[in-house]
Amino acid sequence: MSIVKEIHRDDLASKTGMWLFLFTEMLLFGGLFVVYSVYRFRNPVAFHLAAEELSVGIGTINTIILLISSTTIAMSVTAIQTKNKKLALALLGMTILLGIAFLINKYFEWGGHIKEHIYPGSAVLALRGHGDVLFYGLYFFMTGLHALHIVIGLVFITVIAVKISRNKITFDNYVLLENSGLYWHLVDLIWIFLFPLFYLIT
Amino acid sequence: MSSPKAFAEPSYLEYKGKYTGIFSWILSTDHKRIALLYLFSILTFFAVGATLGLLMKFELIAPGKTIMTAQTYDAFFTLHGIIMIFAIVIPGLPAVFGNFMLPIMIGAKDVAFPRLNLLSWYFYVAGVSLVLISQFTGQGPPDTGWTFYAPYSFRTAGNMLPAVFGAFVLGFSSILTGLNFLVTIHRMRAPGMTWLKMPLFPWTLYATGWVQLLATPIIGITLLMIVAERTMHIGFFDPTLGGDPLLYQHLFWTYSHPAVYIMILPAMGAISEIITTFSHKTIFGYKFMVASVLAIAFVGYFVWGHHMFTSGMSGTALYTFSLLTFLVAIPSAIKVFNWISTMHQGSIDLQTPFYWAMAFIFVFMVGGFSGLILGSLAANVHLHNTQFVVGHFHFIVFGGTGFAFFAAVHYWFPKITGKMYDQRWANIGLILFFIGFITLYSPMFYLGFKGEPRRYYDYDEIFHAGNIISTMGSWVLYSGLALIITNLFIALKAGVKALPDPWGGKTLEWTIPSPPAVENFTDIPIITKGPYDYK
Repeated sequence: MSIVKEIHRDDLASKTGMWLFLFTEMLLFGGLFVVYSVYRFRNPVAFHLAAEELSVGIGTINTIILLISSTTIAMSVTAIQTKNKKLALALLGMTILLGIAFLINKYFEWGGHIKEHIYPGSAVLALRGHGDVLFYGLYFFMTGLHALHIVIGLVFITVIAVKISRNKITFDNYVLLENSGLYWHLVDLIWIFLFPLFYLIT
Repeated sequence: MSSPKAFAEPSYLEYKGKYTGIFSWILSTDHKRIALLYLFSILTFFAVGATLGLLMKFELIAPGKTIMTAQTYDAFFTLHGIIMIFAIVIPGLPAVFGNFMLPIMIGAKDVAFPRLNLLSWYFYVAGVSLVLISQFTGQGPPDTGWTFYAPYSFRTAGNMLPAVFGAFVLGFSSILTGLNFLVTIHRMRAPGMTWLKMPLFPWTLYATGWVQLLATPIIGITLLMIVAERTMHIGFFDPTLGGDPLLYQHLFWTYSHPAVYIMILPAMGAISEIITTFSHKTIFGYKFMVASVLAIAFVGYFVWGHHMFTSGMSGTALYTFSLLTFLVAIPSAIKVFNWISTMHQGSIDLQTPFYWAMAFIFVFMVGGFSGLILGSLAANVHLHNTQFVVGHFHFIVFGGTGFAFFAAVHYWFPKITGKMYDQRWANIGLILFFIGFITLYSPMFYLGFKGEPRRYYDYDEIFHAGNIISTMGSWVLYSGLALIITNLFIALKAGVKALPDPWGGKTLEWTIPSPPAVENFTDIPIITKGPYDYK
């Protein structure tokens, strides 16, 4: 009863799988973009006025933070390819810190709205009319779902960092790092769409 | 134990890996063992769903309250729908026979991501458990029907959250299975197996994989919106907050119509395999079969509106959706014609799986034609939300997918278990099942034409006769089902040993022993000929 165990490894398959998974993530947000478009079309004035209340400053800072974090994770792939383990870990650490900085900004931004009684289900918001209810409902739901993706991404990157420090991910076997990089870029990309939809189009 | 000549490796049923007992199953990453995990969980939940159906039919044997209240009836058809759709017909053929046969039929040792495969089974079990939990906790079971239509789904006191979230988790399981199969087919076909040398069952799984991948996220986000609506009152679909319930229907059917093709495409694939094998003749029009599978998967995305003909859409939308609905019938018809042409001048071997395939073609055609009646606008306005619709989709979903599932069970049973079943009892079971099925669902067409609405526990006296016939059909159907399953379980214990190729099939799974070895193939085969190489 002897079984010959062969280790099957196919990096291209892993990456194909990751790309397919990213399609499903885009479609997940795609459903929300459809809902957003419908309600923006129906409530153009309310959406316009509500969008002006959001802080473009915080939004811009968060956009820059995410763009830089995408760069750092891409650089860590290059670092691992050139066998520079320390640099790769440092760059991943920066990515994690930037992700956390994004969440902290988000926390203060959300906190500000909630202090003004602007949140889904609030009576103050309901008084302002349907357009505002829908705008802020979509705002909290979509940025909330996006923040959840950031948290998941941070967990992934932490796991990857541990694997690198234990030499499980090396210069000739780094597909996991690449995949988590792809995921992080997607999270970044979705923000690139959320930012203009909620902050810039007024 | 004496193993046949060249195959010294133990079969997948003997080899336990590093775990023993139940853990050698629930922690196994072998695609064959995972397929059986799915098979047993699906059969268990199917028993629950079928029993609910039986009880509902018994309630309908006479007008007024017979054995249950209106509220119980609502809860029953909701749970029946959720279980049957999300937990049985959607994963049924892909997760059981796809998992077992796909790697073998394309000459691979496993799927591309074996651990992900096991994970999706855990998601499946978690999803169904959540749905079942919703029945026994909170303020009573959900009563919205499996469609969770807004705004009722966030107004009802029923315990919707676990049910909706359970359906979301089941969707996740379905996405992961589809993703796994797509990568497997792209990356792991045996050397020489070009796309057009791939058997039709893997082809249908390929098309299904794309539908699972590209449609399921939409229902995922829609169900999350329902969750948010119930917990945070966001107003997505709530008219009192400016939301639009019709938008919910659009999003829901954008997934749930393509989901119909997740159910039927692998069924068509299995039937194609069976008809070729028992006709001992190459499939007629292989390329057209492939093209029609892809066409069904593609056009299936653009017909969701036909579920909403009476919901309020513009005239243009109505005509377009109606036209597209008629278009989707064309590739389905091509498949039926090709199956018949395959049998023409073949050496037909009348065995149980072939009888099942014949029964499938019959009920599939009745289901398909009744679908065209519903797809035409004027008829739809009359028939919408009547028993006619219930008859139609049971003919397609239960008749199509269910018959194909049992056809596949009887076709691949010797390969999976290494045992033969008693064909005489299997045939008697099929006859009972078929008669019961026709008696149960045909009266619904008549009752629907006459105007009996669906989803009511009560009806007017004029519908009494049809309902009595229908209820009696449910008893015959249920006993046929019990007979079929008992027969298979007896075969598991006492069946004669099966040969590697009991039916004379030509695809790769028939070239290896029954049951297959752990690694499927000692040497990966090199493919030089098409999949159905007869003479």
